[in-house]
Amino acid sequence: MRMRTIEISVGVFMLAGILALAFLAVQVSGLSVRDNHRDTYKLYAHFTNASGLTERAKVSVAGVVIGRVTAIMLDPKDTRAKVEMSIDKKVDFLTSDSIAAIQTAGILGEKYIAISVGGDPEMLKAGDEIADTQSALVLEDLIGKVLTNLGSKKD
Amino acid sequence: MLNFLQRLGLNGLETLTVLGRAGRFWWQALWGLPDWRNGPRLLVRQLYFVGVYSLVIIIVSGIFIGMVLALQGYTVLVRFGADQALGQLVSLALIRELGPVVAALLFAGRAGSALTAEIGLMKATEQLASMEMIGVDPLKRVIRPRLWAGMISMPILAQIFNMVAIWGAVAVGVDWLHVDTGSFWSNMQSAVEFREDVVNGLIKSVVFGAVITWIAVFQGYDAVPTSEGISAATTRTVVYSSLAILGIDFLLTAVMFGVN
Repeated sequence: MRMRTIEISVGVFMLAGILALAFLAVQVSGLSVRDNHRDTYKLYAHFTNASGLTERAKVSVAGVVIGRVTAIMLDPKDTRAKVEMSIDKKVDFLTSDSIAAIQTAGILGEKYIAISVGGDPEMLKAGDEIADTQSALVLEDLIGKVLTNLGSKKD
Repeated sequence: MLNFLQRLGLNGLETLTVLGRAGRFWWQALWGLPDWRNGPRLLVRQLYFVGVYSLVIIIVSGIFIGMVLALQGYTVLVRFGADQALGQLVSLALIRELGPVVAALLFAGRAGSALTAEIGLMKATEQLASMEMIGVDPLKRVIRPRLWAGMISMPILAQIFNMVAIWGAVAVGVDWLHVDTGSFWSNMQSAVEFREDVVNGLIKSVVFGAVITWIAVFQGYDAVPTSEGISAATTRTVVYSSLAILGIDFLLTAVMFGVN
């Protein structure tokens, strides 16, 4: 009988641990089975300035997340930042004249890539490059410009 | 000068001998075929003493740490109008660092000291020696189930600690301070990554469990078999395992989450 209560409480203990892990997986980290096996395809874009953009940053169209940034590297040919994105397979209607812009969520928020779709009949395929890009807005540069403008006006 | 050098050398050699003995001890206890007849029963018994008994302290401290974290985080974040980020602050701090580390420190105080005292007393009352006499290997019979029990129950305790602490944070942040429920959870879910954060935290706590029980059991087994010896060994267990947890935690964090 004594051994039985011990075994039961150890069983409850183990179960509580498994439930806690499940809670952390589902509720806290938002893990779902679909997430890992989602089919994606790769797109590329060159930016003159990708400061603040990180790997795993969001890629969105009209505010809807359609993919993630998977790699950021320096292109040795033109010393611009080459950004690799993996986009959901289901989103196969990005036109080839789409514009990719690095934007900021809020003033101090994280950087993400916003794609605005154009009207070209031709669609982007896997491995294609988005030609038209807008670089990251660097707040410090902007402040610096405003300050120099103010300073020059006084003179 | 020569005396100083000699003392230094002696201390160094002694430390190395103890480390070597501890390593051999660990290896001998875990090496060999599992004992299917008695093993599970002994393991369940130890899981009960090491794991279930530690539940109360883990749950109570978890709730309070979660509540304090939410309160402190809120007062700072609300100044920048970023109180929606409370969920990710609390969950990342808990899952990556506080959960494994604080649970391990509590575990060292609660279960580690008990293990050392128990085994030290077994040695002082010559139970271990009599076991050897009747042909039972005390390393396999006494030490091995305790080592396994520590390695198994530590991650379970840490996960329970995380869960309870997040509930505590929800109680303070959402129910009391009125952070929006939806953004609390969705920010948390977008910030926490299962493979990166939860699994790495789990690995940390397995390592901590193994190290704590190793230190505890070895200190008991190696204790001078007197009442002073056992009390000194119990103190050493708590001090060494706390230091080991913090040191190893830094190393593991640097490897897992370090800047690349």
